[in-house]
Amino acid sequence: MIATLEPVQTTESASAKSTVAHLENVNKNYGSVRALRNVDFRVRAGEVVALLGPNGAGKTTAVKLLLGLIPPNAGKVRVFGGDPVNPQTRLRTGAMLQVGRVPETLRVREHIDLFSAYYDKPLPAAEVLAAAGLEQLRDRKFGELSGGQKQRVLFALAICGDPDLLFLDEPTVGLDVEARRMLWDEIRRLVRRGRTILLTTHYLQEADALADRIAVINKGEIIAEGTPAEIKAQTAGKRIRCVTRLGLAVLRQIPGVTEVQEDREAVELHAAEAEPVVRELLVRDPALSGLEISSAGLEEAFLALTQDAGNNRNDSN
Amino acid sequence: MSAASIALSNGQTQRTTQHTLTIYCKEAQYEFLKNLRMRMYTASLLSFPIMFYVLFGLVLYRNESLGGARMPTYLIATYGTFGVMGASLFGTAAGLASDRGLGWLQVKRASPMPPFAYFAAKVVTSMIFSMVIVLALFAIGFAFGGVRMPVGEFAGLLTTLVVGSLPFSAMGLAVGYFAGPNSAPGVINLIYLPMSFCSGLWVPFTFLPKVLRTIALALPPYHLSQLALGVFGAGNGGQSNLKHWEVLAAFSLICVGVARIGFQRDRDKMYG
Repeated sequence: MIATLEPVQTTESASAKSTVAHLENVNKNYGSVRALRNVDFRVRAGEVVALLGPNGAGKTTAVKLLLGLIPPNAGKVRVFGGDPVNPQTRLRTGAMLQVGRVPETLRVREHIDLFSAYYDKPLPAAEVLAAAGLEQLRDRKFGELSGGQKQRVLFALAICGDPDLLFLDEPTVGLDVEARRMLWDEIRRLVRRGRTILLTTHYLQEADALADRIAVINKGEIIAEGTPAEIKAQTAGKRIRCVTRLGLAVLRQIPGVTEVQEDREAVELHAAEAEPVVRELLVRDPALSGLEISSAGLEEAFLALTQDAGNNRNDSN
Repeated sequence: MSAASIALSNGQTQRTTQHTLTIYCKEAQYEFLKNLRMRMYTASLLSFPIMFYVLFGLVLYRNESLGGARMPTYLIATYGTFGVMGASLFGTAAGLASDRGLGWLQVKRASPMPPFAYFAAKVVTSMIFSMVIVLALFAIGFAFGGVRMPVGEFAGLLTTLVVGSLPFSAMGLAVGYFAGPNSAPGVINLIYLPMSFCSGLWVPFTFLPKVLRTIALALPPYHLSQLALGVFGAGNGGQSNLKHWEVLAAFSLICVGVARIGFQRDRDKMYG
């Protein structure tokens, strides 16, 4: 399964654009824990890329490497062609990270005022407050805000310098539906203004809604990369359920079948496309009955994808 | 990927000095505001030295003298040192340990903030708090303890103590880089209180047992208190002022070195 996903698929227009951030064959270990293994990953100008993966997959590590917060053990990290720790590079980037505690006695507008001062051409404070939906909360102390409101302040600090490249690490965690939609709209608005965005998420739906390109990461490796449509085609697929006398081994050999499971008296097959598989099934077993075809859920299929990658690795060990 | 290509793609040069200065000022301004608004924190920094000063300097030993100075005057120098030390240790170590351990420092480091501005803000804030503490002690002594001294001496005392906060800020940075966010205040107290006692900040140096007087010679608060007392001629005269400053400078350098090790160690540490 990994092998079929291996070729990196990119649209022509994307590959023509220049690379603004690049993890070049990067390895990153924390002690004996291998957080990233041989990751080669690019972000190109003007695109929204989602790093999609379960918790602990290495998404945050990738972002921290690109921000120059941690050095790689092997490989190179390049942002705007330079070292990410370069002050000139940091003037062009903004970051929203997961934070345990932010100074609580400063007011929202004070936090924004300070971060704006770091940049050469910051956005006007009013614009930042509006973009993050914080106008009503500008005089509130950070410690008095709700979890979702705090997330919005961190978003405001990421965008206040009007950066060309924005890193958003799990930006919508803890947000309610309305706030999430608002943030999505804001991200789309930034893209229309020509900004480049790398966001990490563990929601396929979020990656699908925002990204031009998705890289699926699991256990420190990028296991799939492509447009949302391509990823969905690879992950979503169809579920075919039927009662048949064909054995599991035979079913597994039918072209297009990615997974076979026994389910009470019936079997359940997964395939990217249902029609060819069903045609083959009916030829091999004319007595086949109880045929049902349904779409695999996106989230469920994504889980299958990441779990498969893990299982395959375990098998090969 | 040379510097030239970055400059080209950026189309901009180094930050102007004025802009850098603005950042440093804002950083310090907000650091100060942040601490000032933590009422319990501010109150405890001020109240401990004042409480001791009022008790020993005004209530118990008001009419006694030590080292040629009246007790209310003498104790401004020693409890001043005590207050300065507390303000500087807590002002740097507690905030740094928390910012570092809970991710806020990463957000700052990922931004284009000049890294040194963060530390400078903490040091300057500690100096301002130190100054407030010394002024408060002096005001109380002046109003209720009959403390009088020439303006020159007063300025010398204030300057000595405020500049003397630097070694303790350096020490705070070292502690802040090695203590966890929750354990930092405990660690600070563990250093702060015994060190103050052994340096003769609670019980005057001359009344300390001989063994502690020997230990005191190795402790930075002892040297700062001797410098402060020396301003109005009440030091024990064991060493020259230059010697005291040298010890404080050497101590500061060691602490900065330790903090630097912590800084580098942090870069490769895993957070959540």
